Amino acid sequence: MTQARTPWVIVPLAAIAIAYIALPFAALLQRTPWSDLGRLVSQPVVADALWLSITTAFAATGIAAVVGIPLAWVLARTRFPGRSAVRALITLPMVLPPVVGGAALLFAFGRRGLLGGPVFDSTGFVLPFSIWGVIAANTFVAMPFLVLTVESGLRAADARYEDAAATLGASRWTIFRRITIPNAAPSIIAGGVLCWARALGEFGATVTFAGNLQGRTQTMPLAVFLALESDRDAAIALSLVLIAVSLAVLVPLRDRWLAG
Amino acid sequence: MLIASIEVHLGALDLALELEVGDGEVVAILGPNGAGKTTALRAIAGLRALDGGRIVLDGTVLDDPATSTFVPTAQRPIGVVFQDYLLFPRLSALDNVAFGLLAHGRDKAEAKAEAMRWLERFDLGAHADARPATLSGGQAQRVALARALATEPRLLLLDEPLAALDAATRLQVRTELRRHLATFDGARLLVTHDPVDALVLADRLVIVEAGHVTQAGTPAEVAARPASRYVAQLVGINLLHGAASGARTVQLTSGMELTVADALPGPLVAVAIRPQAIALHRDQPGGSARNTWVATVVGLEADRDRVRVDLGGPVPVIAEVTPAAVAELRLEADAEVWASVKAVDLTTYER
Repeated sequence: MTQARTPWVIVPLAAIAIAYIALPFAALLQRTPWSDLGRLVSQPVVADALWLSITTAFAATGIAAVVGIPLAWVLARTRFPGRSAVRALITLPMVLPPVVGGAALLFAFGRRGLLGGPVFDSTGFVLPFSIWGVIAANTFVAMPFLVLTVESGLRAADARYEDAAATLGASRWTIFRRITIPNAAPSIIAGGVLCWARALGEFGATVTFAGNLQGRTQTMPLAVFLALESDRDAAIALSLVLIAVSLAVLVPLRDRWLAG
Repeated sequence: MLIASIEVHLGALDLALELEVGDGEVVAILGPNGAGKTTALRAIAGLRALDGGRIVLDGTVLDDPATSTFVPTAQRPIGVVFQDYLLFPRLSALDNVAFGLLAHGRDKAEAKAEAMRWLERFDLGAHADARPATLSGGQAQRVALARALATEPRLLLLDEPLAALDAATRLQVRTELRRHLATFDGARLLVTHDPVDALVLADRLVIVEAGHVTQAGTPAEVAARPASRYVAQLVGINLLHGAASGARTVQLTSGMELTVADALPGPLVAVAIRPQAIALHRDQPGGSARNTWVATVVGLEADRDRVRVDLGGPVPVIAEVTPAAVAELRLEADAEVWASVKAVDLTTYER
C-alpha cells in the first residue's frame, strides 16, 4: 500500500461513511433484549424461516452456477451480434426494483403466465407460492452477480492455457472442464458468494412471486419484516441470526478466496 | 515434413511466408518483435486460421482456406512448447505430461506410467509431484518439452523457448535443449528473436521481417551474406546499401562515396563493414585509409572489454573500440569524431 498525501477533506468524509454503516448495527445491538434472546430465537418461526432461507439460497446459487457459468463463458469468450444487449439484459435484475422482478416472474411463470399457464394446464404444477417459487425468485435476482463476476474472471484468466491444452489434443469440453473452470475458480467462488448473499437477503421478488407463508415461503427477511409490525424484539433476534449466518458463511470464504 | 505457405492478416501485420521443414531438421524463424513469427507458429498449430495459403504436414492438408479444409488444433499431430511454457499451474509435473496422453484416450494408470518415463528421460523423475511454480526455469522448460513430446507429434513447435530464462541459466539450458531436440526425429520449427539461440539450435534459418521472409539459409550462409540491415546487425556486421558510382566507388543513400578495393559486382550493391575495421580519430587522419568522414556519436554500449559506438552522419555504422580509446577520444553522445575505414575492409556484394 502506498502512503498517499491525504487531502484533509477526505478523512472526515470517509469517517462519515464508516459511521453511517456502523451506527445501525450498533443501534441493533443496543436494542437487543439479550436476556430474552434464547427464547426468541428458539421459536419455531425462526427455525422454519432460517432453514428455508439457507436452503433456497444454496439452491439458487447452484442453479445460477449450472447455467450462469456457461453464460459467463459465452459472454467472455465468444463474439456474436447482440452480445452487449444480452449483457445489459442480464444486468437488469441487479438494477431493477426486486418487486418489479417478482411481478414479471408472475406474468411469466404464474398459473396464468406466459409459460406457467401451459405448464399448469398440462401438469397441474404451480411455481409461485411454493418453495420452488422462492428459489425461482432468488435465482432471478441473484444470478447476475455470479454471471458478471465469473465473466470478468474468465476475461482476466490467461486463455493461452486453453491453447496449450488444445495442442495436447484435448477436446473443447475437456478444456472447459479441466482448464477453464479451475483457472476461473477464484472468480466462481467470489461470484457464488455474492450470489448466495444476495439470495439470502432477497425480499421484494420473493414476497411478490412466492408470498409470505410461514414454513413454506417465509424466508428470514420476510419474517423480520413481519415481526417488526408485531414483535420488535423478535425482529431484532431474527436480524441477529441472519447477520450471524451471513458472517459465518462469508468470512471463512472471504479469507480463503478473496484475500489480497 | 512440413510444407507451409502462410497468409494471415492481423491488424497492421500482413504475414506472407513460405516454409519447409524436413523430418529431422531444425528450422528457426528469426526476426524482430512484431515481425509475425508467433502468428506464423499459431497458424501452423491451428490456433489461428489462415486467410490464404496452405499448411501440409506429412502429406495431410491441415489448413487450406481455398478448399475450406481446417483440421482443429486438437487433431493435429503437433507438440508445442510455448513461450513461458504455460504449464498448468494446478497440476503436478507428472499430471502436466500425462494431460496430453489422457486427452488421446489412454487410460489413467497407463498415461501416468508413460508420463513418468518421459520425466525420467528428461532427468525430472525427482520432480514428478512438483507444482510448476516450484520448478526452476530450466526444469519447467524440460517439463514443457516432455509434455509436448509425450503425445508423439510429427512436428514440434517452439515459441521463444529460451526467452523466459535469465542469462545465467540460458547458456546451460540452450545446450540441453539442443541435445533433447536431437532425440526427436520429426520436423522441428522454432521461433526466436535471439540470433544466438537460432545459430546454436537450428540447421537452417528463415529470417522474417514485417511479415515476409527476407533471407533463408544455413547459419553460415546467412552470416556470410546478410541480406538486410537487420540481419547484418544480428550477426554483428554493418550493412550499407548503395549504387556503383565508379569502377571502385559506391555512392551511399546519404550521398557519401566509399572506395572499395575490388571491382564492383553490379550496379546496386550492399557494402559490409566489420565494426572492428572502423577506426576513430580526434583529428582528420592521414595514412592509408581511403575512406574518412566526420561522424556524430549517437550512443555507446559497453560489451565486455569492447565498446560499441553507434555513429550517425553520412555513414551510419557501428564501430567497435576499446574503453581506453573511448576515454582518449572523449567519446560521448553528440560528440564529433573522424572515422576511417580501409578500402580492403569493405566487402561488397550484389543486391
